[in-house]
Amino acid sequence: MRNVFTIAGREIRSYFVSPIAYVVLTGYLLLGGWFFFNLLARFNLLLTIYSAQQNPQVLERLNLNEFVIAPLLHNLSVILVILVPVITMRSLAEEKKAGTYELLLTSPLRISEIVLGKFLGAFVFVAIMVATTFVYALILMVYGNPEMGVILAGYLGLLLLATAFVAVGVLMSSFTENQIIAAVSCLVSLLLLYIIAWPADSAGEVMGSILKYMSLTEHFAQMVKGVVDTKDLVYFATVIVLALFLTHRSVESIRWR
Amino acid sequence: MLEVRNLTKRYGDFVAVRDISFTAAQGQILGFLGPNGAGKTTTMRILTGFLPATSGTAKVAGYDVFTESAEVRRRIGYLPENPPLYTEMTAEAYLRFVARIKGMPRSAIEDAIDRVVQTCGLESVRHRLLGQLSKGFRQRAGLAQALIHDPPVLVLDEPTIGLDPIQIREIRALIQQLAGQRTIILSTHILPEVSQICEKVVIINEGRVVLEQDMATLKSGGTLEDVFLRAIAKAHDADHAAEATA
Repeated sequence: MRNVFTIAGREIRSYFVSPIAYVVLTGYLLLGGWFFFNLLARFNLLLTIYSAQQNPQVLERLNLNEFVIAPLLHNLSVILVILVPVITMRSLAEEKKAGTYELLLTSPLRISEIVLGKFLGAFVFVAIMVATTFVYALILMVYGNPEMGVILAGYLGLLLLATAFVAVGVLMSSFTENQIIAAVSCLVSLLLLYIIAWPADSAGEVMGSILKYMSLTEHFAQMVKGVVDTKDLVYFATVIVLALFLTHRSVESIRWR
Repeated sequence: MLEVRNLTKRYGDFVAVRDISFTAAQGQILGFLGPNGAGKTTTMRILTGFLPATSGTAKVAGYDVFTESAEVRRRIGYLPENPPLYTEMTAEAYLRFVARIKGMPRSAIEDAIDRVVQTCGLESVRHRLLGQLSKGFRQRAGLAQALIHDPPVLVLDEPTIGLDPIQIREIRALIQQLAGQRTIILSTHILPEVSQICEKVVIINEGRVVLEQDMATLKSGGTLEDVFLRAIAKAHDADHAAEATA
């Protein structure tokens, strides 16, 4: 375990000495702020219109959770699809390019320690990214009365989604020494997992439900609604464990060739 | 201390190393010579556990490289052709990181850093970023990294490549000073370097050992350059003869 933390610690420090970390964090917060501002402005407008019309039924249905937090979380998840590959692309690819891969593999480390350390390092960075956007929820709590439980479930969903993205990103980074290839293949895989359920309604019952089960969005959407179901937690855990297992095999494969 | 027996490494159809065997005794500096592409780096990567061999065995400090890889990796210091440096770290932070992943106990790490910084002459750049260092200092940092856990076996892949004459002399002196109880394998294609510091020479060509001799015996047969060229030419002729008979 000590070795895992050593590798993760070095990884996190290296994120924060490179400009990529700050560009990504700034971009994420900038876009997040823009979404938040616009969703809030729209919510305000709807509120004004329906108050003027004195329509109590509609007013009852307008709430911060459904009209601000839920779309905000969905938008943030799309941005993560684009930004996580930028964070994870260097993970193992850069080690290979710089020759430090040889140092890691000729040290008395287990491959699982290298993989977990790399994953943990990127995870901590992405968790910081997700945590910074919690400020929007805090603002709503100060000025409004959203439902706390639903918000927490949604953010847990966002964090799990981001963690699964990181695991896929580290896997893609293990296949190549070229960071661009790592980033693009990660982006494509994540997008595919994101939209894989699109043909679900026309694909027949069995195929449709399989596609829906595979889709990250379906499981994430449940959590954004405030439903923390074991089924969804198991799904995220499966994606993470599977990606890390494949990364282990990928790193180990140098010993078979 | 180091024993290589019938080692072969294939990459698909290409045979990088074929059936090589040699040994090095404790405290010996072994010069590993050969033209570019002869299989020196591949052999060293196998010895350090980075690559597996296709067949054959190798033992380092009594441990098998394949079945007891972790024990071997604990006892070996390796400087690859390009020093494996994290350019965004300071020399000191880098050495601390390497000491940890080599499994050194926490209490011994700071002393070990002081020791290798001094041995490798890194005092003046200890707190500088590795990416900003000159080639010579990078090479020293690479050497310091290989030495940090005080390994009984050192594997150095072309440690003086790309250095200026003064730096070459300094690194050479450093390697000699490091020998003592340690076994050092040093690959190079700079011949004078070998005749100055090595006690034993192994020459490989196209993946085969063409000569394994103690320096003393070898020197009686003429200059190292003559011996080297003769050995390689002989291997070349033998190849052709074999092809002709086949």
